[in-house]
Amino acid sequence: MHLQRYLPVIAAVLAVVVLHLALSVADATYYMTQITMSAYYALVVVGLCLLMGYAGQVSLGHAGFFAIGGYASAALTTSNLLAYQHTRPIAFCRSLGLLLERQDLYGTSILSFSPWLAFAVAMILAAFIALIIGLPVIRLKGHYLAMATLGFGLIIYRIVLAADGFGKADGIINVPPFRLFDGLQVNGRAPFRVQNYYIAWTVVIAAMVLTTNLIHSRIGRALRSIHQSEEAAHSLGVNTYRCKLCTFILSALFAAAGGALLTHYNGSIGPSEVTVMKSVRYVAIVAVGGMANLWGALLMGVLLNFLSLRGVFGTYDDAVFGAILIAIMLFAPDGLLRMPRLAWPPFLASRRSHG
Amino acid sequence: MNLAQIVQYCLSGIAAGSVYAIVAIGFNIIYNTTGVINFAQGEFLIVGAMTAISLNQIVPLPIAIVLAVVVTVLLGGLIELAFIRRVPNASVMRLIVITIGISIIVREAMLHIWDETVRSLPYFTGSEMSTISILGAQISPQVLWVLGVCAVIVAALTLFFRFTLTGRAMRACADDRMAARLCGVNDRWMVTLSFMLSAGIGALAGCVISPVTQTQYDMGAPLAIKGFTVAILGGLGNSMAAVAAGLLLGLLEVFMVSQFQVAYKEAVSIVVLLLILVFRPSGLFARPETSALRAF
Repeated sequence: MHLQRYLPVIAAVLAVVVLHLALSVADATYYMTQITMSAYYALVVVGLCLLMGYAGQVSLGHAGFFAIGGYASAALTTSNLLAYQHTRPIAFCRSLGLLLERQDLYGTSILSFSPWLAFAVAMILAAFIALIIGLPVIRLKGHYLAMATLGFGLIIYRIVLAADGFGKADGIINVPPFRLFDGLQVNGRAPFRVQNYYIAWTVVIAAMVLTTNLIHSRIGRALRSIHQSEEAAHSLGVNTYRCKLCTFILSALFAAAGGALLTHYNGSIGPSEVTVMKSVRYVAIVAVGGMANLWGALLMGVLLNFLSLRGVFGTYDDAVFGAILIAIMLFAPDGLLRMPRLAWPPFLASRRSHG
Repeated sequence: MNLAQIVQYCLSGIAAGSVYAIVAIGFNIIYNTTGVINFAQGEFLIVGAMTAISLNQIVPLPIAIVLAVVVTVLLGGLIELAFIRRVPNASVMRLIVITIGISIIVREAMLHIWDETVRSLPYFTGSEMSTISILGAQISPQVLWVLGVCAVIVAALTLFFRFTLTGRAMRACADDRMAARLCGVNDRWMVTLSFMLSAGIGALAGCVISPVTQTQYDMGAPLAIKGFTVAILGGLGNSMAAVAAGLLLGLLEVFMVSQFQVAYKEAVSIVVLLLILVFRPSGLFARPETSALRAF
């Protein structure tokens, strides 16, 4: 059933494994660190692709949601609660196992919220802020929407830069690893390289399966109809406002999840993750991938972020993304990789009408 | 707060606000002829100021400023010819993204030409120490220069759009591009001209505030946000309302800074922007029904 839809998923899983083998053979597993980071950034891109390509809404503030996820996780897992350990709420959290005790580099013991709890709070916070922002903003169109989301991103940037709790210009450091299960943790140190490579890709591929199913569902068809003609969709009974709002929240959640996981992986987050340029960069990557092309967005998200993290573009890093934006919009507004429609053998094509 | 303080705050607020108004008018000119918000508008101010600062090392200040304006006008025209003209039937989203790309390229080019150093033009009259006393408030003469130049720009633009053939042709294009073309107006040239005009007034405003606020390669984007806030506040496309809205935002900002941390100064305009977008996207002064009409 729906084999065609899941072929790219299978191909992606194979590609991830083959890439790992190839890097091991070439003795270049250190590349996997940047690939893992790129995968988390690609998560943001995939969410934005859903919003831009399928709901037709531009967002110039997605770095803001990335930051909400990252900073919420970082702040909750680094704040030391030792002084409050006998107060009732903290003691209660402790009895539920929601706290994490550890020692920092200098042997000071730290009692903080566990990464699982922090992650959950970060997701709820991101969804809530997306809802509050989305309620009014989603009604806007064109320049108004672009500027409003840009303004949202800038406010987050200002808050992060001005608030003491977020470390001002230094950001938050010493974020503990995220222990998912026994023996499996989001940790950027070298011994954990391989398992983190697979953790990141599991998250990304799970997100891809989720979005692929979503865009082929009733909601997905509604979204595509909105993108083609909002009035027509509306007249056919599609609740366009609610569809767009839900997509906005979902896409914010993707960004926040990427931010939270990458923060645990890097062990830190700083204001440079929240600049307007970061948001524009995500938009550029979605544009290169082809607005409504999730796999294209994923591929480009990993590729361009990887090249950027490796420092291939040098001091022209931002300029490259600006040039990419202009070139794509001038010459290939449908993206670089308009996936050619493959001709499927008849036994596979029998159920294609659903896809 | 005594009278002298209030005057002090008002004058610096009005000076900042008049610059925002010039940026907003720059947005409006291009919006009226193309229907597009030029996200690179803030960069014009910085390019103008930076060019003038460099030229001022060889030629006297007035000549440096004139040359800087000319250079920026040419840049504006070049941007239109190279990018905007290539996509005549593009969607608004596509054009927005293109101008965002342009702003990044221009900013990065400035980073490589002028590095990260904070520079500034010399004060037009006197120095940073000289002050004029108005109602007990101590005002730098440069503030008066800012006010004067912005007033002259607004007056000159008004005269241009009212009484010259080219200005009227541009207004015709804004009203109905097809009809203007049928009447023999070269509408493509009018679009190019609107970019040149926006770049020119932007560069002039950039030069005149450079001594007060100083100039760094990445200062264009915050200015653009404020200019856009002002343009929306006044009603997109309406330049006279933009002047009023600019002064309003400038005053609001100054009085907020007197009460809160400076770090949140930038946030004031963004909050205003979000509020106005949500509650009155047609602007403070326009009725929603008439917001589709564009006037310079």
